[in-house]
Amino acid sequence: MSAEPRPADFRRASTAALADGPLRANFRRAMDGLMAKRAARFADPVEWRDLRALGAAIRARTLARLPEHLVRLEARCRENGISVRWAETTEEANAIVLEILRRHGATRVVKGKSMVSEEMHLNDFLERHGIESLESDLGEYIIQLDGETPSHIIMPAIHKNRGQIAKLFGRKIRDAVYTEDVDALTAIARRVLRRKFFEADAGISGVNFAVAETGTLCLVENEGNGRMSTHVPPVHIALMGVEKVVPRLEDVPPLYSLLTRSATAQPITTYFNMIGGPRGPGEKDGPREVHLVILDNGRSRMHADRALQATLRCIRCGACMNHCPVYTRIGGHAYEAVYPGPIGQLVTPQTEGVDRRADLLEASSLCGACGEVCPVGIPIPELIVRLRTEAAAPGGASAVLGRGGARHRVESLAWRVWSTVLSRPRLYRAAALAATRLGRLVPAGFPPLSAWTRFRSAPRPARRSLHELADDERIPDA
Amino acid sequence: MPDGARERILARLESGASTEPAGEPDFAVMARRAVRPEERYASLRRAMEAVHAEFLEANGDDWPGRVRAFAEAEGIRSIAYGPGTDAAGRLESVLRGSAVRLVPYDRPIEEMKRTLFDDVDAGFTTTRGGIADTGGLILWPTPEEPRLLSLVPPVHLALLDVARIHGSLWQAMRDEGWAGRMPPNALLVSGPSKTADIEQTLAYGVHGPKRLVVIAVVPRA
Ligand code: SF4
Repeated sequence: MSAEPRPADFRRASTAALADGPLRANFRRAMDGLMAKRAARFADPVEWRDLRALGAAIRARTLARLPEHLVRLEARCRENGISVRWAETTEEANAIVLEILRRHGATRVVKGKSMVSEEMHLNDFLERHGIESLESDLGEYIIQLDGETPSHIIMPAIHKNRGQIAKLFGRKIRDAVYTEDVDALTAIARRVLRRKFFEADAGISGVNFAVAETGTLCLVENEGNGRMSTHVPPVHIALMGVEKVVPRLEDVPPLYSLLTRSATAQPITTYFNMIGGPRGPGEKDGPREVHLVILDNGRSRMHADRALQATLRCIRCGACMNHCPVYTRIGGHAYEAVYPGPIGQLVTPQTEGVDRRADLLEASSLCGACGEVCPVGIPIPELIVRLRTEAAAPGGASAVLGRGGARHRVESLAWRVWSTVLSRPRLYRAAALAATRLGRLVPAGFPPLSAWTRFRSAPRPARRSLHELADDERIPDA
Repeated sequence: MPDGARERILARLESGASTEPAGEPDFAVMARRAVRPEERYASLRRAMEAVHAEFLEANGDDWPGRVRAFAEAEGIRSIAYGPGTDAAGRLESVLRGSAVRLVPYDRPIEEMKRTLFDDVDAGFTTTRGGIADTGGLILWPTPEEPRLLSLVPPVHLALLDVARIHGSLWQAMRDEGWAGRMPPNALLVSGPSKTADIEQTLAYGVHGPKRLVVIAVVPRA
């Protein structure tokens, strides 16, 4: 498909999104509904506090001994007959998938939802190699038909309304009659996709939790497309990031409960699929081969930093984006990244470089909503601030990619002036006098002040400073 | 191919930050959630009916009669099932000679695929039990009752002994020691397949079964 992607430009993309009325309406409606339903599902504050603490503890402890758990997972999977491969980069992961598919002469693949496969741009890659890779989750299917990427990690087609989907189906699906009825639209997709499941040579899925103790791959879903993709075709390839492992089977129920309630406010999903191996002796169905691909793609770099490691606790529930005032207004595509919203603001700069995606780090009012709802207690706002600091740092060694690369000469100069003035009382008094007496003369319509005044009225300094007023009242300096 | 990838990833993770957080994870909150035995069936049923599962109640051994009556009433003319279990034997004896045809899933999927996808109205399975707090059936497919029986046919008929409903998933895993004996595939199923991917509007029957009918076997009063 596309050759060299043009560099991401958050300012342009977010400005365009803000001007798109229907898009904003689609997001507003969805996010309001999700927030209300989620709150009702965690109505008991004590249960929420304790369950979240448990979820956070499980994830944090897992990360503290990640290599050990991964090695155990690999060993248990192999005992169960699941083959395990490792990939440092998305290119390596793609090559592994292609090699497995080629070995089986597979030309038609059905896919369950997998954010790791989005990181890999797997569909494009496979298409380029003559393999049809069809998304089977309804939302993913819709956006694939339209040549788009997900705008939300749980509800990928949330940016579209039924009218847009009806037109899309009419255009792209043979003999689809135009309808805006959601049941009828769903029935059209069912008809097409059941044929695809029937014919597929291989199935690809993500992994929600991989249990080291038992070598079990857990998949969470409502539609049944995940079970179809992993169980009808003769070969199943599961893709996971290194952080997806949990030590014990017992760790799964609390995380699963936090995930479904945070994501869609369900107490449980329709299906919870625990895959412990390929078709066993005497079994009549199930894939003949199950492969697990474990991907790094920048995760070990996040792991290297004590604070930023918390990024890897994420269970991909999407609650942080549902509650983000920025995400709600601009939607997922404006971030021009695989992971949008607050979690994306942590992941993307860390994988692409804080210098290259410093713009994303600014897209937060630090209101704290994301950190409050995160079911595994990732201190998202604190980590955004940390990454801002890294981006503007004056060089030096750090695990963070692109450190110091977003440092601006003017900005650092301004801060140097600021600290000089504040540390010299006489200079400070002179500056305060100048600001109060002459501040109104500064033209607000020109840079750098215009960045502020384009959308807001210019601040008008008071005629006398607080200091002077306090002196009048004879209030002593502290 | 990149065999060195494993070593390099593990080495990087080894040298990464690893301060073990203090204290063991506290599972007390999971223990608190358990539903009392006498309330479990009602709790499971309430939760599953909320997501469109349907229930047939049967006293003790008369459940195959309920299945037959239901199938006849709903125009279900063929049911795929796994021969060889106790339940299968009972079903066979009651449905023999009725208008409802039993289709045994007795060959590998490669030979059964078309039948399962296109030629049966329902699939029948037993269950290993249920989950009270969230709702949900526990299925551990076996060579006798293959994995796709509960997924591909448009209606899933699931036999549940209400005495085997656990308080929660966590309790079920602990009480039955799942960690030491996980099968090649274990499942929870809480309703018919569904999606909310179009405008957050719920639609049932997207890829898997359009209906989930639980045949709940309750003890004779
Ligand atoms: S960061 Fe937290 S809230 Fe956001 S997707 Fe991950 S787990 Fe959910």
